[in-house]
Amino acid sequence: MTPTTTGRTLDSGEARRRRTEARWRYLADTFTLWRRNRLMVIGTAIILGLILVVLMAPFIAAQDPFEQVLGDRLLAPSAGHLFGTDGLGRDIFARVIYGARVTLTIALLVAAIGTPLGMLIGVVAGYLGGAVDEILMRLADVFLAFPRLILAIAFAAALGPGVENAVLAIAIAHWPSYARLARAETLNVKSNDYIQAMRVLGAGKVRIMASHIAPLCMSSIIVRMSLDMGTIILTAAGLGFLGLGAQPPVPEWGLMVSDGRQYLVDQWWVSTLPGMAILVVVMGFNLLGDGVRDVLDPRQRQA
Amino acid sequence: MRTGAGVADEALLDVRDLSVEFPTLRGTIHALQGVTFRLQRRETLGLAGETGCGKSVTALAVLRLISAPGRIRSGRIRFEGRDLLAASETEMRGIRGSQISMILQEPKMSLNPVIRVGDQVAETLLVHDRTLSRRAAREQAAAMLATLGIPDPRQIVRRYPHELSGGMAQRVMIGMMLVTRPKLLIADEPTSALDVTIQAQILELMKALTREIQTAVLLITHDLGVMAETCDRVAVMYAGRVVEQGPVVRVLKNPQHPYTQGLLKTIPNEAATDAPLFSIRGQVPSLLQPVIGCAFAPRCHQVMEACRHAAPPSYRMESDHQAACFLHRDRWPHG
Repeated sequence: MTPTTTGRTLDSGEARRRRTEARWRYLADTFTLWRRNRLMVIGTAIILGLILVVLMAPFIAAQDPFEQVLGDRLLAPSAGHLFGTDGLGRDIFARVIYGARVTLTIALLVAAIGTPLGMLIGVVAGYLGGAVDEILMRLADVFLAFPRLILAIAFAAALGPGVENAVLAIAIAHWPSYARLARAETLNVKSNDYIQAMRVLGAGKVRIMASHIAPLCMSSIIVRMSLDMGTIILTAAGLGFLGLGAQPPVPEWGLMVSDGRQYLVDQWWVSTLPGMAILVVVMGFNLLGDGVRDVLDPRQRQA
Repeated sequence: MRTGAGVADEALLDVRDLSVEFPTLRGTIHALQGVTFRLQRRETLGLAGETGCGKSVTALAVLRLISAPGRIRSGRIRFEGRDLLAASETEMRGIRGSQISMILQEPKMSLNPVIRVGDQVAETLLVHDRTLSRRAAREQAAAMLATLGIPDPRQIVRRYPHELSGGMAQRVMIGMMLVTRPKLLIADEPTSALDVTIQAQILELMKALTREIQTAVLLITHDLGVMAETCDRVAVMYAGRVVEQGPVVRVLKNPQHPYTQGLLKTIPNEAATDAPLFSIRGQVPSLLQPVIGCAFAPRCHQVMEACRHAAPPSYRMESDHQAACFLHRDRWPHG
């Protein structure tokens, strides 16, 4: 933009045209960066595939994931049963496909509960400072002192098994890192003149936090969230494996891996194939998350 | 007390013996040490002085926005006869932005980069009127911007701050702070971040607008030229105290305090272009200790023995002109 020393700005049509142009250029750059990052393309494909599977599960899997055909126990993968059958004669392919729904639901619920909670605590701690900050952040430190999985196991054990409780347990283990991130962003933003300007015109603390600080924390929170999805899925699978998450007969991948342990030597497919599903999806989220971080980073855009 | 209750009620803002301090690791900084001044309705008072003399702190203290650990140690601030130091935080929130507003130095930094400017102006209204709809607030914001000489306000309201020039951003800021028609506008160096060419425009605009909505202005500046053009009265501050105040013409034409005299001499003189620039010798005193005696004494060329022992009171001259200097001890009655 040319310097407008007289205080006159561009006329409206010109400004709108330039803005639209800038937006398109941003999108085009994003696309270029995305395409150049081969790992991110793979990650994106995996996640899109996962979403497709979740939406189309009944059309992809011919069999009912709950139907037990005891005569067909532990069949090896074949044309009829792509992934074989498990110890109760259920089709593993159907169970893996329907299991995607369970996994994605858990991951999204954890993100929907834990992330806003962490953000709320972080922004409040960062903005109010002092004793409130100390108390909330030391509380977060207590949670961060334990590995996430251990903490989730402890809470799941205390709450009792089940998918809902697993979600809660993982969310509880999950918020502190978001609280830290949001607090750091808040400390960065709160000393800005425009926050002072809001105080000068009489805005209260709640308004300043909700409409001026929280929106500025969003971008780093989103990046962190996309990086965390893999961990959430692993934790959920871990809880399922230990019998603290989803309970039979829910087709949850961790639980299926656990079910197949006893057959691992002779019927490898019972555990391995759901395990592969976990591997692929977690990897997909990690590749995508890494890519998102790079694409959103303005410094990367210089090149 | 020198003034009767009736006179005190007339003043819009009455600040008396205001002391503010900031505890730091190296000791307590005594930022204000008994600041006293008054501001009448519709009047423009200039607060002049060099960097660090307490101009901005005075402004923030009036809004009770001194951030911890800084605190107002003593004194009194009355606004329309109301004691602001006794008001609750909720009451203060109601006063800020609707009765007393403040324009900050850096217009571009004072606008939230991710919110459209129209919404930021509208926010001032929404903060103070919960029944107002967002849409109505936007309408009023656009109308406000139109009165600020902003071309095509309907388009400007949808811009983001980075799309505006500095002068335009300051206009928006002025709109944001005046849209509620406050009774007092504090302007903290409103033009020092702007190009010289726009400074005059912005000042002119502020003058016209505050006259129209009958707002009193407390203009903080170190630019004596700006002050001469804009203010009715001025108060000159030095090291946390007001050393001289009075009608702008009298103070600038006939300064009574040696500091004001020195300050005016520092202005380069067109007539004597080859004369060396004048500077006041010595340095501003450290505010880590409360100053005993006159704060200007170590730099004053007319210093007397009395100056080192007691802070001079304000001596009142004709037509509301006061100076805190012992030179006037014999000529004028105390206070």
